[in-house]
Amino acid sequence: MSSITYGGQSYQCKEHETVLDCLTAHDVTIPSSCHAGLCQTCLMQAVKGAVPANAQAGLKPTLAAQNYFLACACHPEDDMEVMLPQSGIEKLTATVTAIDALNTEIVSVQLRPETSLTYKAGQFINLYKDSTTVRSYSLASVPEIDEHLLLHVRRLPNGQVSHWIHQALKIGDSVEISDATGDCFYTATDLDQSLLLIGTGSGLAPLYGIIRDALAQGHRGTIKLYHGSKAVESLYLSKELESLSGQHGNFVYQPCVSGSTVPRGFASGRAHDVAIKENPDLSGWRIFLCGHPEMVSSGKKLAFFAGASMRDIYSDPFLIMDKNPATVC
Amino acid sequence: MSSLYEKIGGEGAVNAAVDIFYRKVLKDDRIKRFFDGVDMDKQASKQKAFLTMAFGGPHNYTGEDMRKGHAHLVKQGLNDSHFDAVMENLGATLMELNVPGELIAQAAAIAESTRNDVLGK
Repeated sequence: MSSITYGGQSYQCKEHETVLDCLTAHDVTIPSSCHAGLCQTCLMQAVKGAVPANAQAGLKPTLAAQNYFLACACHPEDDMEVMLPQSGIEKLTATVTAIDALNTEIVSVQLRPETSLTYKAGQFINLYKDSTTVRSYSLASVPEIDEHLLLHVRRLPNGQVSHWIHQALKIGDSVEISDATGDCFYTATDLDQSLLLIGTGSGLAPLYGIIRDALAQGHRGTIKLYHGSKAVESLYLSKELESLSGQHGNFVYQPCVSGSTVPRGFASGRAHDVAIKENPDLSGWRIFLCGHPEMVSSGKKLAFFAGASMRDIYSDPFLIMDKNPATVC
Repeated sequence: MSSLYEKIGGEGAVNAAVDIFYRKVLKDDRIKRFFDGVDMDKQASKQKAFLTMAFGGPHNYTGEDMRKGHAHLVKQGLNDSHFDAVMENLGATLMELNVPGELIAQAAAIAESTRNDVLGK
């Protein structure tokens, strides 16, 4: 008989009981629907204890990698400590170690957390201006490559947090951040798969992390990045991306400009339109979409129609769910 | 004798069918408007659960769930013609996957049995 710990309480899980059965029998309410391991309503995360493989059937590899599982399909083999997704987000303090302009609208903010932060390149953290004013920013850093955390912050009209970061924040300041979360990151499940990454504006941040992470993990398939903006001046990290492309034959960088002035070397059009036009058959590809919410949602549909499987399409979830424009990193 | 779900190919068949079926539904001019602004990831899981049920697999959906889940669409004009379009897409998906005709007929009969609940009749 295994014991299930949830919310500081331990419960005995009877033989044949699932984690969901056990918690429900003890009057703990976990959202659930199909009870057949399909609808994923009862998604939970294991903090301790091994997760049986069949409790992760059908989950995206990025969720499985974070020990997510379906409570209704989980017959525990060991004692487990479990929680609902993201209920365990903790705050920690970080010191600002650098602020550098990437272009006229976007700065790179470098943070050193006081306690080490476990994360995957492409996940996001929350940054607290004060206890009630908080915004989510994707991480551009890679834990194995970069010493500190890196965020790309675009100054938005009326953006309370982005204004504060651009105007007031200084090197040496202490800020509060959350643990990293999100399932938009690279997993080395198939080193030969072709990867397509599409980003607009500061949506480049998570993609810059994901690309460097994939290359560091020895990804062999083609990696194509389409980064778009209205004007050339709004693109950034172009030199770094070009040099990365020079070092890795399988990485292709294509900057895109949707405005009227398009210099040589830049593709004309919106990044997702250019990307799908140049890669009309995406069967078997893995897709990453980050940036403007409208680009993300229409890019997702275009990629799916071009043959990509829904299971292979990743995007920043908070960008779509949160309608507040100031949250768009 | 094995069940319909086993004969069709179980979870592997559902996984193969879900992308094909959802793509057909989203491209179908007769019904695509009902999916405007819907989160595609959540919708794909629902399509998977629907296909599992139609393939005779495990599910816990009741008629009442079907009614509640589609009530807002009935208000937007969801009717028999739209249900027929979904049935057509289901049949075409299974044909594309080379499922034998008699099994397609059985799956269609299960899906058909939800018609009144889905349309709130």
